[in-house]
Amino acid sequence: MVAETPRTKSLVLEIPGWEGHKAGQHVDVRLTAPDGYQAQRSYSIASAPEDERLVLTVDRLDDGEVSPYLTEVLMAGDKLELRGPIGGYFTWEATDNGPLLLVGGGSGVVPLMAMIRHRAAVGSAVPARLLYSSRSYEEIIYRKELEALAAQDGSLEVIHTLTRTRPEGWSGYSRRIDAELLGEVAWFPDESPLAFVCGPTPLVEAVGTALVGLGHEPARVKTERFGATGG
Amino acid sequence: MDDKLRLDGNAAAGTLGEVFSFEVTTAEYACNGCGRAGRLGGAMVYEVRELGTIVRCPSCDNALIRLAHNRERHMVDLRGMRYLTTG
Repeated sequence: MVAETPRTKSLVLEIPGWEGHKAGQHVDVRLTAPDGYQAQRSYSIASAPEDERLVLTVDRLDDGEVSPYLTEVLMAGDKLELRGPIGGYFTWEATDNGPLLLVGGGSGVVPLMAMIRHRAAVGSAVPARLLYSSRSYEEIIYRKELEALAAQDGSLEVIHTLTRTRPEGWSGYSRRIDAELLGEVAWFPDESPLAFVCGPTPLVEAVGTALVGLGHEPARVKTERFGATGG
Repeated sequence: MDDKLRLDGNAAAGTLGEVFSFEVTTAEYACNGCGRAGRLGGAMVYEVRELGTIVRCPSCDNALIRLAHNRERHMVDLRGMRYLTTG
């Protein structure tokens, strides 16, 4: 168990017989109560296919049924029931090329991080930009790792925007992601980037609509909405 | 339908995987309502916990797939699609 932010934890899992995954895929985690009641939720895989162990990063939703258990109760050594890897649509492999435009809100960064880690693990030179919206500096997941990866790799850019509170002297963006911000940050449509957008439904729909409005081909803009029923 | 409950086809991949033996999110469909063709991963999904899943066309909102859960069984209604290709 690795604490990423006050609200998110990464679960490092050892899965016998795991046959590997693609960056961007998720797993379904199922919990069964002693009385037989079951609750199931989907969580994105955060680790690269090349990593030895599977990592899920879970955001704790206070009124959730599954995430409070995974982040507060589960202990190292406990067993989990999961199904996966799932989904072949919202995935990226280094051979798919790019350039890559990754847009994430909150814990929507998790499947994008799997792509960034995969890209680094195979030494891909595909230019990549991550535009990442968080409420506050403290809530930026993987902040140090992203800094380190961007520092050693000139073709990876990480651009943050903080929507609620900013530390003193913050020089990054401080507004919600809209068409104007995407116009400043995104690749031009004629560079035919592959875009992956993941986060809460309103953010994903706003970004998806804005990218298509800027002239990006809809088939190259892939989205994954978290919805409001997570947890 | 509550917009906040809207998800991507990807979200239903686990459940649909209990019905189809191929990767459904990359499967191509044509909508019986408006004729739009696309991949199921890019369609809209509304999940009603423990009860069922509805996959809708992103253009016209027609229900492409209706899947109801009843204990260990699934009931699938595919009338909303003209065709569905494998994987």
